[in-house]
Amino acid sequence: MSAGKGATVQDPPVKPVKGRGPTFVTRFLESRHLGWAGLAIGLLAPFVIATPYAMDVMTSAVVFVMLAVGLNIVVGYCGLLDLGYAAFFAVGAYTSGVLSTELKIPLLATVPAVIVVTVLAGVIIGGPTLRLRSDYLAIVTLGFGEIIRITANNLSITGGPSGIYGIPGLFGDATSSQVVFYYAVLLIVAAAVLLAARLGRSRIGRAWRFVREDEDAAEAMGINTYKVKLAAYIAGAIWGGLAGVLFAAQLSAISPASFTFLQSALVLMAVVLGGMGSTPGVVLGAIVISLLPEVLRGLADYRFFAFGVLLIIVMIARPQGLWPHRSRER
Amino acid sequence: MLEVEDLRLSFGGVLAVDGLSFGVGAGEIVSVIGPNGAGKTSAFNCVTGFYKPTAGRIRIDGADVTGRRPSLIASRGVSRTFQNLRVFGEMSVLDNVRAGTHLWLRQRVVDALLHTPRYRRSEREGTEEAHKWLDFVGLRGDRAGLVRNLPYGEQRRVEIARALARRPKLLLLDEPAAGLNHGEKAELLDLIRRIRDLGIAIALIEHDMGLVMEVSDRVVVLNFGREIADGPPEQVRADPAVIEAYLGRDADEAEIEAAREEVGGARGE
Repeated sequence: MSAGKGATVQDPPVKPVKGRGPTFVTRFLESRHLGWAGLAIGLLAPFVIATPYAMDVMTSAVVFVMLAVGLNIVVGYCGLLDLGYAAFFAVGAYTSGVLSTELKIPLLATVPAVIVVTVLAGVIIGGPTLRLRSDYLAIVTLGFGEIIRITANNLSITGGPSGIYGIPGLFGDATSSQVVFYYAVLLIVAAAVLLAARLGRSRIGRAWRFVREDEDAAEAMGINTYKVKLAAYIAGAIWGGLAGVLFAAQLSAISPASFTFLQSALVLMAVVLGGMGSTPGVVLGAIVISLLPEVLRGLADYRFFAFGVLLIIVMIARPQGLWPHRSRER
Repeated sequence: MLEVEDLRLSFGGVLAVDGLSFGVGAGEIVSVIGPNGAGKTSAFNCVTGFYKPTAGRIRIDGADVTGRRPSLIASRGVSRTFQNLRVFGEMSVLDNVRAGTHLWLRQRVVDALLHTPRYRRSEREGTEEAHKWLDFVGLRGDRAGLVRNLPYGEQRRVEIARALARRPKLLLLDEPAAGLNHGEKAELLDLIRRIRDLGIAIALIEHDMGLVMEVSDRVVVLNFGREIADGPPEQVRADPAVIEAYLGRDADEAEIEAAREEVGGARGE
């Protein structure tokens, strides 16, 4: 490895890691097959417990995973603090809900329209706000999140405060079994997780991380930071919007009460708790955040108190998240 | 290559750069020197788009880029390093250098989503390029690990490798020798020459006179935002205005002679 004058391209020498080699556990946790293991757990879960309540909770958890993975693109990869992520969730849910009930079409047929509308929403919200930095951006996204919710609350096409009823299922009939729906959602979300992770390991994904680390240095390398941030915002919007479609399909009714600031905060919490920028971490974080309140149901009134205390304990014990982004390349 | 014409930059009432003109020709090494606060870094920031100049023109290969955003100027073939080291600390060394490949790596979002052959090819190409430039700058240390775990001198090399992976026509180095020890400075000198041998023009801000006198084709001297000298190193070294700028107006003959010795002594290094 001399500073040769010719600078010939050599095969990258694999440098031995100093000290102990990776343990079995580390190797497993960084293995490429980990995603398959996670999917297998999801596929097998209904064989363990398949009561209507459990299926409902599990489906919600999987939809929540999709939200968290989408927000991870914005917050984890690109470092843009978005406090109004539920806005995109709402835009997706309402777009598919309104179209499917008005036009009497299956929810899946609304997906192209949902993508178009969420991209538009991403451009409209991101366009003016992404020129701002950190704290200002957080405040403005918080405002937009509320604007979307209040708009839905006041328009007649969105059904006002009572929302939209009778949304058909994914394939057009609302009566399909819960287990079938769970598997459909699981496969869609698994694909969404895979695609988000692939985005993170690409030219654009690296550009997002460069922007997060140092905007000026990224600009100096020819990265138009504004465009790259807008791209992250739009990607996050699409993921959030599609999660909204799944949400509408699951509940068959949506109302503004589902898209409050608390929802945005919970998704953000899943990202931070799991480990910003880490796909397995964020998936784990989302599952913890969505299942923990159900597990704690036995505590009755103290449920959310215990939930809060547990979150604080986790963040003190593991400030980098439950499963942080791996810091070295393989 | 680079032409700066009558550049002016004021912050409020303070003129940081006051009518600076200089050029860098293809394959040339031009140093910009001057006392602290003379406006060297401000001028660099104008050239690379980080500051918008109050007046004046900046041209790259004849095209006017005055006041354009840094990424556009970078896309015209200009690359830079920063005075106070701006590496992506929480990313791997390889990823840092891959930042330089952003502008020319042919990869679309669809390729990344579907892992097309084009994706694999471009990723391999980017990694090979990163290794190539890390070899070129002679990086010692772990390339897969975080850049912030490297010693300072090695981080400087990573920053230069990142700028080179941009495949620039013009490279601006802002005090590359700051904080380096004697051995590292000698290696830097060699590195700057090897970069020039690749056909890349270099503009250099540096306080280490030994290095400047040794490596430069031309030296531009700034004081209080104004250019006070521009010429080959021997000529600038003998310029009374330059010596005065470094020592102050009241320097007597003996002091000037001593300064001349000091600056001149650099020749032997």
